[in-house]
Amino acid sequence: MGNPIFRRRRIVNKVMLCISGFAMIFGLFWLAWILITLLHEGFYALHWSLFTEMTPPPGSNGGILNAIAGSLLMATFGTLIGTPVGILAGTYLAEFGRRGWLAPATRFINDILLSAPSIVIGLFVYTIYVAQVRHFSAWAGSIALSLIVIPVVVRTTDDMLKLVPDSLREAAVALGAPSWKMIVFVSYRAAKAGIVTGILLAVARISGETAPLLFTALNNQFFSLNMNGPMANLPVVIFQFAMSPYQDWHRLAWAGAGLVTLAVLALNILARLMFSKKT
Amino acid sequence: MPTVSPALTPKLRVRDLNFYYGAFCALRSVNLDIPENKVTAFIGPSGCGKSTLLRTFNRMYALYPEQRAEGEVIMDGENLLTSRTDVALIRAKIGMVFQKPTPFPMTIYENIAFGVRLFERLGRGQMDERVELALTRAALWNEVKDKLHQSGNSLSGGQQQRLCIARSIAIKPEVLLLDEPCSALDPISTGQIEKLIDELKEDYTVVIVTHNMQQAARVSDYTAYMYLGEMIEFGPTDDIFIKPKNKQTEDYITGRFG
Repeated sequence: MGNPIFRRRRIVNKVMLCISGFAMIFGLFWLAWILITLLHEGFYALHWSLFTEMTPPPGSNGGILNAIAGSLLMATFGTLIGTPVGILAGTYLAEFGRRGWLAPATRFINDILLSAPSIVIGLFVYTIYVAQVRHFSAWAGSIALSLIVIPVVVRTTDDMLKLVPDSLREAAVALGAPSWKMIVFVSYRAAKAGIVTGILLAVARISGETAPLLFTALNNQFFSLNMNGPMANLPVVIFQFAMSPYQDWHRLAWAGAGLVTLAVLALNILARLMFSKKT
Repeated sequence: MPTVSPALTPKLRVRDLNFYYGAFCALRSVNLDIPENKVTAFIGPSGCGKSTLLRTFNRMYALYPEQRAEGEVIMDGENLLTSRTDVALIRAKIGMVFQKPTPFPMTIYENIAFGVRLFERLGRGQMDERVELALTRAALWNEVKDKLHQSGNSLSGGQQQRLCIARSIAIKPEVLLLDEPCSALDPISTGQIEKLIDELKEDYTVVIVTHNMQQAARVSDYTAYMYLGEMIEFGPTDDIFIKPKNKQTEDYITGRFG
């Protein structure tokens, strides 16, 4: 024990442990602060009318039902459009793209798309869709959101399928299974929890995105389920109300922000549960 | 190269087989007759090509574009390597069990039904019968009959390996290829599998790759010794282990090399 090497190791160990502990506390501190502020302010603004009334003009009471409905609708369509594309592309990368240049190139571009600023995606959809049809619409919003979903799902599908051991694939093929049955019944099943987790994380990601909706779905004061017209949504409502000078709008913005955060938190917890249950 | 034709009906006939991983030649003009309803063991040091040889029989290598085989592997008068028959049908006739147990991520029942459904449409009752038959044949039925609908992964390693054997024989193959089936198992599970292999040869032609010479001596009727991609000696197991003709074989068997 008196050996100087051991003493040195113990000291280095303690010092490093302290440093990493402080780094963790530093990170958590801000996160906790954000959460506490949101929950405090949001809770303060929480009222039944939030879920039953529309966004009001300044100075009168109201809720954010139209924004909640719009967000749910567009997130749903964004996910429905983005998920199949993402899963199929991820399947190509992991199962068929073993060699050649196409898969590595696709993976590289997908990684760029994954980290692309969402405002760029919003502007892109504005240019190719909104500017062409000459009006904002919930479809444009859904398309913009789906463009955020795709790279996330591609990446997780690819990664999760790559974790499936080749021996399992060989075993399926050795029984005489064609590739598509091997992929659907063996690879997908083995990677199911991971792929579903990826989709949930993508949903969590798009439920808080403001920039892609600002140029596409815009906003709507009224309740609307018309996918061809502008539609209210939580992030843009939060953005507009929070920037306004009106006290009651601020309260609604806090409530909306709290709601989005809770939804994202719930999705993340669900994703963790899904993943840990299976693996 | 010596071609050995035991005085038995050959099930698989290998002629002038060369195998390449890219530019690397892993098998050089291998000739071999695998007798029907017998257990044939491939032995040899790591990297000698015994697994590679086994994987040419069901064209497993075809999954990997940089791997190719030249020559002939003849079953029922047809060269499997160039056959126009759907490779899936070849694989249905020539089952394979791998080194590590590979239960599919589904229930024990489904693990077996999956393979059967690839080739046959069976009613519920017939499928139940087939599953039971396969599991009984693989000496696993008594251990799993009360938990057919649990995950295949819930079984022990030895049970998983027998499940894989059951899965292969459920689709009624003619040949069973075993690629080091016991190397990940404990001695008791190994004993069970070896006993099973002995029973299986009544109905199937069994080819087993093994690192364990005692195992080859225990379970096989014929043994092939391979070294650096060449078939050094092939003959009845007793001859190979008691009076090998080739000096290299003798050195390997007696542990002076390998």
